[in-house]
This record gives sequence, C-alpha cells and structure tokens, in this order.
Amino acid sequence: MDESPRSSELLEVETEIAARESPPRGRRRAFGVSGWIAVGWMVLVIGSSLLAPILPLADPDVSNASIARQGPSSAALLGGDANGRDVLVRVVYGARASLLIGFGAIALGLVVGGALGLLGGYYRRGIDAGIAGAFDVMLSVPALILALTFTVFFGPNVRNMILALGIVAVPQLGRITRANTLAWSDREFVLAARAQGARNGRIIVREILPNVLPAIFSIALLGVAVAIVAEGGLSLLGAGVKTGTITWGTMIATGRANLAITPWVVLAPATAIFLTVLALNFLGDAIRARFDVREAAL
Amino acid sequence: MTRPERFEDAPESPLLEVTKLATHFLTPEGRVRAVDGVSFTLERGRTLGVVGESGSGKTVLADSIMGLLPRRGVEQHGSIRFEGREIVGLTPTEMRPYWGAQMAMVFQDPMTSLNPVMRIGRQITESIHEHFSVPREDARESALALLRSVDIPDPERRLLEYPHQLSGGMCQRVMIAVALACGPKLLVADEPTTALDVTAQAQILDLLQAQQRERYMAMILVTHDLGVAATRADEIAVMYAGRVVERAPTRALFADMRMPYTDALLHSIPRLTQPSHTRLEAIRGRPPDPLRILPGCRFAPRCTYARDRCRVEEPPLRPADTPGHEFACWYPINTPASAMSG
Repeated sequence: MDESPRSSELLEVETEIAARESPPRGRRRAFGVSGWIAVGWMVLVIGSSLLAPILPLADPDVSNASIARQGPSSAALLGGDANGRDVLVRVVYGARASLLIGFGAIALGLVVGGALGLLGGYYRRGIDAGIAGAFDVMLSVPALILALTFTVFFGPNVRNMILALGIVAVPQLGRITRANTLAWSDREFVLAARAQGARNGRIIVREILPNVLPAIFSIALLGVAVAIVAEGGLSLLGAGVKTGTITWGTMIATGRANLAITPWVVLAPATAIFLTVLALNFLGDAIRARFDVREAAL
Repeated sequence: MTRPERFEDAPESPLLEVTKLATHFLTPEGRVRAVDGVSFTLERGRTLGVVGESGSGKTVLADSIMGLLPRRGVEQHGSIRFEGREIVGLTPTEMRPYWGAQMAMVFQDPMTSLNPVMRIGRQITESIHEHFSVPREDARESALALLRSVDIPDPERRLLEYPHQLSGGMCQRVMIAVALACGPKLLVADEPTTALDVTAQAQILDLLQAQQRERYMAMILVTHDLGVAATRADEIAVMYAGRVVERAPTRALFADMRMPYTDALLHSIPRLTQPSHTRLEAIRGRPPDPLRILPGCRFAPRCTYARDRCRVEEPPLRPADTPGHEFACWYPINTPASAMSG
C-alpha cells in the first residue's frame, strides 16, 4: 500500500502546504494567469500529439496540390508547404517526435544524473569526487558538439537524439541534484533516521529523494524546453532526425529553403517551439515558486 | 509487535559503562577537546542528567555514546560498554543493530528532526520495518499504539498527517514515539525541551519520565537546565569544558554540592522569591577556548574561590562523603575547614 508513487504524495504535500502557508492566494500566486495559459498550451500540444492518429487530420505526408505554397486558408489553417502538405497537420505530428525527444532526453538525464547526484551528495568523499569530477568533464565538452558528434556517428534517429541530448543533460541535472542532496543530507531528520538504524539506501530513497524532487522537477521542465530547442538546432545543422520522421526542427530545416516564398512553413513550427519553451519555463518557475514558499516556511 | 528478550545478556554488567571517554575533533585550527575524559555508569531503568552550559561537551558526549559522530576528523579514546560490549570504534554497519533497537535518541528541535515530506505514521513505522520483519498492518498498529502512549489525541488522523500540521510539542511527542518504536534499552534525550515553550516542556519531561519507568529504560537527559535535571534525574553529572566536574545522586548533589561551578549554575536560575528587578546572577566570563586548554582547573579563571593551586594543577574527580558523590575541586565549598585537603 505504501508503494504508491512518491510524486502524487509530494504533490499532495505541496498542495496542502500551498493551501496552508498563504490561504487561497498561495495557489494563485504560484500559478497565476500565465501559469494557467502555460498549462493550457501544454495540454493542447501534448493532447493533440497523443491523439493525432484519431483526430480528423489529413495524412501529414500526403501532398495536396491545391494547398501547395498556399498561405493559411480554410482548407489548411496554417497553409501548405512546397510539396502541398498541410503545415498544421505536420506541426501536430512534429510535436510527437519533438516532445518525445525533449521529455525522453530529460527523463534519461534525470534518472542517470539524479542517481549519480544523490550518490555523490550523500556519500561525499571519494565517490563524490569521482562523480563531481565526471560532471565537470562532461560540462566542459561543448554540448552541441557532443550531441552533434553522437548523432552523426550513431545515426540520426529519434532514439539516438534522445541519447545524445540525454547525455548532455546528465551533468546538468546531476549537479543540481548533488547540490540539493548535500544540503538535505545535513538536515537533522537524516541524522535522526540514522539514529533509528535506517540503512543508507533507505535514507537516500525515503528521506532525501522526496525533498530533492521538487527542485529537480522545476529544473527538468526547463531542461525539456532546452532539449526541444536543441533538437531544432541540430536539425538546422543537418544532424537532426533523418527525413521521414517529422519534428519541429526538421520542419524548420527543410522549410528554410523557401523562407522568402512560404514563410509560414517555418513560422508555424518555430512559433510552436517558442510557445512550448515559454510554457515550460512558466511551469518550471511555478513549481520552483511553490518550492521556495515551503523552503522559507521551514 | 513483540521484542525478543535477550536473556544471553549478562544481567550483572551495567547497561552502560563509560570509561575515560575522550572525543576530540581534529580541525585545521587544532585539536578541539569536546569531551575529555568522562566516566560514568548507568544502570537499567535509571536516569542520568547531564548538565552544563553551551559548549561544555554534553551534546558531543550524547552523540559519542550513540556513535553518531562523523568518523573523519574525530579521535576517540576510552571505552563505552553497552551491556558489557565495547561500542567505541564500531563501524556504522556494526552500530546499526544498536541504533533504534537498543539505544535511541530524541533530538533538540522536533521541527527539524522529522522529515517534512513524510507522513507521521510512516516516520514511526520506518524503523520498525528496518529492525523487524513485520507485516505493514502490524507496524501500523504499533504506530497507533505508540502515538496513544505518547498522548497524541486522535492518533488515527495524525498517522496520515505531515509534521508541519503539528505543533512543536506534538512533533516532539512524535519524535519520542519514533525513538520508542523498537523498544530501546537506552534513550538519549539531547535537550529534548529546549525548542519548546514552558508548558510543553513540562509535559514532554513528564512523558519521557513515564515512558522510561513503564519500559524500564535507562535515560540520559542532556540539558542546560539544572532545574530540569533536578526533578527528572536519579543522578546528575555536571560537565564543564569537556569534563565531568561533579557527579552525584540528585538528592546528594543538592544537599551537599561541592564544586563551585555547580553552585554557580544553581545560583544562575532566577527564583520566584526574589523581588522584581533583582539582577540575575550570571557566571562571569566564558568557558575556556576548547582549542587552548590551560593547565590547572578549567573553571579556575571564572571561579570566585580559585587560588594559585587551581591554576597550576588540575583537580581529579574524587569521592565526597556520600557514596556515589564525586567532585573535581581542590577547595570545595560546603566543606568544614578541617576537611579541606590538598
């Protein structure tokens, strides 16, 4: 019964705390109108990309001569590209791969970097020196070049893109986890758990991790935004996902040849990236704001 | 939940025997002699009050007994025997069976010693699961029983609450429940009431005393308040600059205190009988710098009665007239002039 996901428990705590600390206002101050717009946009993007196959949308790869190079119209709300494919449909389908890469890469970075950060921050000494040193080395390699080399070398597909950007994310998220772990593991309740005979593993997972998570989640959301932009950048450099898979990055990369004639082909995915990154930043900040409230109250 | 009785323990050996314990911290500035040669014996079911001002080493003494000090930069000498077994120098892995199950600790600030994002029930059952393989339902039942025994109203509801929803006094009750969860034989309470308001203080001390009697636990009550120790402890050890300067059964200590420091501590407690605006008697000066312990009695620089010998030669702990009463002073107070010895 106790194996319920920690995150839902956490969310409950946070909601409770937000409600207590500064009654009704607490929630609104943390989320605000912009926060709810951000939530709305993310729900729209994630929802439409998940439901794309069952939504009444045209096939993203089928050409329709009647909308080729045509601007937004009732037939194609965001216009058609040079090959007569519906830009809106392609943005919706592009969201699938882009979001998968963004969230996938950060999930990878979160799991690997988070685990290493927890170990380093908790055990300190030799283990920490090794892990922190490895993070420093990884951070000193230019991220874009690392990801570029990786995808060029192993092949440009979604999986390798996730791996490449995930590797870049490991030291970033790892360092933040480590810093938070260092702070939390000095708290008295950790000593109290030790005095009750708790094993190190139990202390890390049960005592420290739940306290570190809120901070890491807020950073991770910002990381997703960065990863989505990075995917676009890699595509623009020609190291993106191979043609055939639609991502926002590849749409921009292929559309840029006709930028002067059909700007909407580039503008639509670019705007989608812009809004998504903005929304993720807002959400990350909202989570951090709540987290800070709790920190201050302790 | 039943605790397996351990009949193999030799009942003759005292529960806790501390001999010439020294805990030194090796810092870049030098060696800090936080605890410097402390000896005492604690029998089952008895309470020892450890009294001293800030920096006297009482908390380090408590942590040393619990084996909770970091291993790096700490040097320990002497011996701590728990039921006859030496525990100085044990690794954390070797100490783990003792922690919680044999000896448990109640910390000073209940608000920080409970995990802010863990439910109360979970904090209690956590160590039960660590030490005993019991079904979750049984652990929950013990948590309920424990919350009841520490007088927490509506324990079913409290089990599901988080520490921030409880008052400081309630949190300390929960901490005590956590500490009692695995039936320890020794409870180390490090200033358990310092962070609480006065009414909660008395309740928590009553609770500790009641639980200690009921469970026949030994307790080390660390406090800076001689008054607290006076009413709750069977025996009191007064610490100064890492040393025990006077130790006696509580009654004997107050009847016949010998060490000027104990006397000074007692006089620094304000009394109701004093008229308003009476100047509070404080002990002048400050405790010695633990980095540079001077020869002679450590209290000498602040002592009203100090003479030349006090500044040269350190007085050993020597027995007084009452059995079990020891003090470290060359010129003890409350002594007939003839009995003053060199």
